[in-house]
Amino acid sequence: MSGFSVTDPSKGQKWVAGVLVVLYAVITLLPLLWIVATGFKSSPDSIAYPPKVTFEPTVEGYVNLFTSQTRQTEEYLAENPPTTWYEEIVHDKGMVIAGPSRFGERFLNSVIIGFGSTFLSVFLGTLAAYAFSRYRIPLKDDLLFFILSTRMMPPIAVAIPIFLMFRSLGLSDTHAGMILLYTAVNLSLSVWLLKGFIDEIPREYEEAALIDGYTRFQAFYKVVLPQAATGIASTAIFCLIFAWNEYAFAVLLTSGTAQTAPPFIPTIIGVGGQDWPAVAAGATIFLLPVVVFTILLRKHLLRGITFGAVRK
Amino acid sequence: MSETGINRVAQATPPRVARKIRGLSDRAIAWIFVAPTIFLLLAINIFPLIWTIRLSFTNFRANRPNADVKWLGLRNYERILSDPDIWITMQATAHFLFWTIFFQVLIGFALAWFINKKFKGSDLWTTIIVLPMMLSPAVVGNFWTFLYQPQIGLFNYAVSFFTGVDPTSFSMIGDVSLAPWSLVIVDTWMWTPFVMLICLAGLRSIPDTIYEAAECDRASKWRQFWTITIPMVLPFLMLAVLFRGIENFKMFDLVVQLTGGGPGSTTELTSVNLKREAFEKWRTGYASAYAIILFVTVFGLASIYVKALNKVKER
Repeated sequence: MSGFSVTDPSKGQKWVAGVLVVLYAVITLLPLLWIVATGFKSSPDSIAYPPKVTFEPTVEGYVNLFTSQTRQTEEYLAENPPTTWYEEIVHDKGMVIAGPSRFGERFLNSVIIGFGSTFLSVFLGTLAAYAFSRYRIPLKDDLLFFILSTRMMPPIAVAIPIFLMFRSLGLSDTHAGMILLYTAVNLSLSVWLLKGFIDEIPREYEEAALIDGYTRFQAFYKVVLPQAATGIASTAIFCLIFAWNEYAFAVLLTSGTAQTAPPFIPTIIGVGGQDWPAVAAGATIFLLPVVVFTILLRKHLLRGITFGAVRK
Repeated sequence: MSETGINRVAQATPPRVARKIRGLSDRAIAWIFVAPTIFLLLAINIFPLIWTIRLSFTNFRANRPNADVKWLGLRNYERILSDPDIWITMQATAHFLFWTIFFQVLIGFALAWFINKKFKGSDLWTTIIVLPMMLSPAVVGNFWTFLYQPQIGLFNYAVSFFTGVDPTSFSMIGDVSLAPWSLVIVDTWMWTPFVMLICLAGLRSIPDTIYEAAECDRASKWRQFWTITIPMVLPFLMLAVLFRGIENFKMFDLVVQLTGGGPGSTTELTSVNLKREAFEKWRTGYASAYAIILFVTVFGLASIYVKALNKVKER
């Protein structure tokens, strides 16, 4: 910072502002920390009153999350001693592991649908954004507004015909159907964000390449694409986060094969009600990648959440 | 299109155009690049929308695809607009919209104001504050039902710790008068950082020289705040409200997971209500008309709002 200015906040102001912001951050973080902590609690600890801040950590919740279990008789348990550490945890409760739970599949579905739709929407979005940025297209502003307006529709409003359409095309509850759907939903974001990023690349670079004998197409992928790499990467992360978090379409259009994690995690139940440590363990695993991505994205965050309307 | 139709189009295409496509003129590249996007949006957004409009005039039921479909004209629309239950739903939505936006603007602006004082570590804390809005509302909303439990929930415990109220004496989700506020609290927790980020950009866009000039003119800090800061941040704030308004009008995942519309139908916001009509009662035609009414409402309100926003920007 250069020199003294009348507009600089005083030391005292900075101190008060800092304390208030940190206080808010701590309060806002509590529910998230509670999710992580609950994942490492035993069942009785998770529902103790008063809520337990210190507890003996256990991975019981994680074991419950990844396995399905059945209760067995004393004799059976005595005859079949546990052979691994996770079998032992289950054994102590009088249960045996019957097989893997559905969580792995659902998580994998989230990964497949998330990455598939992200790739498609960024690919199509980059092409469209480049054309919108560089060429004269009739009704350009109307087309761009049309693309944006598709995001205003409540998902439930289009879910009815999409449900019927997918049913007749055999796309309901398939990965391909969900990838197509999320691609379409994400296209508005991807086109708008990428157009902003490509607008910022000076046209002179391409013009120089054209003079050097590149074709339009070569100029696009040898000059523009590398320049737009950061923008493309952050757009991809935004698309991925959206597809990752999406719930409304997932819960209405998938049930078995293509169900993603968000509709599944709340349905994890144990013996006698919701198994909170297992739910928390699932939530922790599911939310963690987004936390990492948010930290990576922090510089472009504002741009992404406002569809490029506000740039810093 | 029939075969003869295709031939006719091919014959009608002048050779000049055909040559250009082979050589990929600028215009051809532009259309090849834009076409897939437009096509996909037409197929997955516009076509369904038109289908919804068509269904909205019928008594079609998706769970009985073979039953007779009767053309009802505008009867579905009449029934919805005269149904008192729908107005109760609209009121619940309005309550949710108003209070979430109110708190988010208030807290979001205050936070941005403090962060803009650029204390040590402000960037780090900003990133931490932003986290809730990036997470899955369904998964997080589901976990909040645990925090809201009267006996064991962290939220009730915290409230009783600070106010001395018995934590088992109230249930945020189970109580008719508290349930709408349980939604407001979680939504505010999630989305205040969104408003904060936009306000922060607004505050940072004000050049220091304006404040310096005001300081020279001996304008009080209070006066500077109302005559410089607020007017210059206003377009940003209005943009934030637009985004939150549209998003919260569509609000579905958080509500379904948190309260499921209950108790009774006190928190049954329009999206949840619509889902019930369409996918539980299977009144597809009726629900389609409902969806169209909602879409027109959002679109209409958003257009009016954007006009107002542009006026503020021009000033």
